[in-house]
Amino acid sequence: MSSTTAPATQLADATGPAPVLSARHISKRFGGVQALDDVSLDLIPGEVHCLAGENGCGKSTLIKMISGAERPDSGEIEVDGIVHTRMNTTSAIQSGIQVIYQDFSLFGNLTVAENIVLTSAVAAKRKLYRVKDAREKAQAIVDELQLDLDLNADVENLSVADRQLTAICRALVSDARVIIMDEPTTALTHSEVEHLFTVVERLRARGVALVFVSHKLQEVLAISQRLTIMRSGRVVISGPSADFDRRSIARHMTGSDVEESRRVPDFDQTATPALEVRGLTLPGAFRDVSFQVGKGEILGVTGLLGSGRTELAESVFGVLPAKSGTIAIDGKPVRVRNIQDAVAAGIGYVPEDRLTQGLFLEKPIADNIIAASFNEHRNRWKLLDRKRIWGTITHFFDQLKIHAPHPNRAVRTLSGGNAQRVVLAKWLATDPKVLILNGPTVGVDVGSKAQILDLLRIQAERGMAVVIISDDVNELVACCHRVLVVAHGQITHELVADQVTEDSIQESMAV
Amino acid sequence: MQLLRKFRGANNEGSLALILLVVVLGMSLLNPVFFSVNTAFSILRAATVPMILALAVLLVIISGGIDVSFPVVAIGSAYTAVTICLKTGFDPGLPAIFGMAIVIGGLLGLVNGFVIAKFRLPTLIVTLGTQGIFFGAMLVYVGTRYYPTLPDSMAALSAVNVVELTTSAGRAYLHVLVLLSIAIALIIWAVLKYTMFGRSLYAIGGDAEGARRAGIRVVRTQLWIYVLVGMVAAIGGVAYVVMSRSANPQDLVGGELDIIAAVVLGGASIFGGRGSVLGTVLGVLLIQVINNSLLLVGVPSAWLRAAVGLLLILGVGAQAVSARRSAQRIHTVDTGEAVRLELEKVS
Repeated sequence: MSSTTAPATQLADATGPAPVLSARHISKRFGGVQALDDVSLDLIPGEVHCLAGENGCGKSTLIKMISGAERPDSGEIEVDGIVHTRMNTTSAIQSGIQVIYQDFSLFGNLTVAENIVLTSAVAAKRKLYRVKDAREKAQAIVDELQLDLDLNADVENLSVADRQLTAICRALVSDARVIIMDEPTTALTHSEVEHLFTVVERLRARGVALVFVSHKLQEVLAISQRLTIMRSGRVVISGPSADFDRRSIARHMTGSDVEESRRVPDFDQTATPALEVRGLTLPGAFRDVSFQVGKGEILGVTGLLGSGRTELAESVFGVLPAKSGTIAIDGKPVRVRNIQDAVAAGIGYVPEDRLTQGLFLEKPIADNIIAASFNEHRNRWKLLDRKRIWGTITHFFDQLKIHAPHPNRAVRTLSGGNAQRVVLAKWLATDPKVLILNGPTVGVDVGSKAQILDLLRIQAERGMAVVIISDDVNELVACCHRVLVVAHGQITHELVADQVTEDSIQESMAV
Repeated sequence: MQLLRKFRGANNEGSLALILLVVVLGMSLLNPVFFSVNTAFSILRAATVPMILALAVLLVIISGGIDVSFPVVAIGSAYTAVTICLKTGFDPGLPAIFGMAIVIGGLLGLVNGFVIAKFRLPTLIVTLGTQGIFFGAMLVYVGTRYYPTLPDSMAALSAVNVVELTTSAGRAYLHVLVLLSIAIALIIWAVLKYTMFGRSLYAIGGDAEGARRAGIRVVRTQLWIYVLVGMVAAIGGVAYVVMSRSANPQDLVGGELDIIAAVVLGGASIFGGRGSVLGTVLGVLLIQVINNSLLLVGVPSAWLRAAVGLLLILGVGAQAVSARRSAQRIHTVDTGEAVRLELEKVS
């Protein structure tokens, strides 16, 4: 497989099964941007086709074309021999194309059974609704996929993984033959991802063609049979997954080699630790947790979802104040009863879900950057000092390489990587002694990820203590001096220096 | 525990029923006169119009919107229908008067729905605006006169009772329009539970964007909601005019918050997606029982409004607290030791 750019069509092997869907020569312009340029894609029944590429490479736009949410300027989509020059959402669903968005588009206030059945009932233009029919139909699908889902539960009470399974069931009820999943593994932990993959195998056995849009290279390689990489609106390369490895995928995605190897800056191990936690306990979440982070140290914390790692971080930051235990900053004990206490003590926290917890989406980037540091930007009359604010904003724009036309743009318009940099800038502006980051590169592309990790290394070199909570083993290995593994609300392993490898982390997480 | 949760119901209907029962029993102990068929009938009678209006509002609230123009729509359609009959001196009979009011109410609702769906404006703002417009237009074009006598067919209905009993406390009457409110409750219950339209309301209230992605025609459904609300409100308006035996264009207006309070007390979420007919019925009854019983116990009527306000905050507050509790339960660790600790704490 040569790495030529934009092969016009990559048809399936003549001997293989016919594609259920072929997108051919799709192009689309948004204003001055060529979002898609002559893109073609074939989906084969029973295959997982992974669509990879950095944020803004056009993969979401391509999916919108296939699902009928947007119309292409030119090109056609053929489903089962029927050629559509454009789809609309209804005709896409009728053709058996289902998209599972990152937010799943489920109704939290309705039961699992109803969520599974509703879309197909709407599509069938049904007028009446029967609870019993819905339950039976949903049960059939759940049984077929051998899932353990409570059909009567309200979806808002489900875990992310169960919501995703509900969305998959919903797609199947509508006789989906093409299921497109946007970042399906982002919010899942290892065991949940494994479970998802067994479900995916069952879907393949049914002859469903799947499309995975993903940033996680490891999982891409594990699950997909075919891989298409896009960059700047074009298909860079497409072929069997077996032909790729992590390095080559990253290279095709970014167009250059990405430095991913382990690189940890030195730090003074003898100095007083920046953060010291002793016997921290929060009933129901974690108990008797003790650890410390040195000045300039990058500490990784990992564990399954529900292991208590997020609660631990939130306790240190005062979101869920701990019931007992002590926290000391620079050797001085501090009381953290709420977020204000934590911020005053010099702790910063980049939350797991930056969209809802870390950013004011409708507000300008500039306002977001200084949102946590108003006190640092006051003049002597306690009023905001515009000049200093502007200084801070331009400083972080340059330092963090935030790509945006202007600081006055709403954060909503930014890609995942850039939005994450804004959250980071917000906390760096408070000049914290300890910065805790929960999933700092979730939903961020490879290139941005490397840059964000570099930024953290730089902050550590300047003496900041950095705590990274992450599922991404690779990222932990790349930049953490030490890694703590949390399970059942307790630290079960501590991996130091050379012990920090992908294998050792995964081994100690296996329960 | 499971049984208890089931009894509590999806929207706290069980707790509400329990509170209602406690209030009734408590009042009966305080004042034995309260516990009588007469009181029951008069509460049902007083609850009739609020019930119909509350059921109308329930539809909008489930869909995630709010309508504050419904009292004006209700009295406006009924008053207009009565005015037409009286001015022309022609009494077309009850079904036609109801029909006329329903058409007017539906049209007014269409105005609401059109503006909201077409221009995607906040429902509160739009209905606040149309409330004023409808009210002003009625006073200018229909009239401001108070009609002490109704067309014959309506006046006749005013005096019809389904049950008449003689009890120790005197004669007790159950007005025929109570049946109307029960019928409307049943119809709306069936619509919400057994039709795709009803389920769409919950879906739209839960997540409008998700509903659109699921193929539900959100704009058209919204339009229908407001038309329907207008129509049901008009029925409530006619019922009100019949029961008060006179037509006054200033009546009902300003009472919207009490009705919305009853619906919210009945477990409907002001953010949409949640609510039930049973809860709304209980919410309306509870407010009526409290109104009635406080008077009987001798509490000054000025305290009635305070009582309703207090009830609302307590009721909604209790729900919010229990929701936060269950959210916290999800938040905590779901494996091994921690669960055991949690369980020990609970038991």
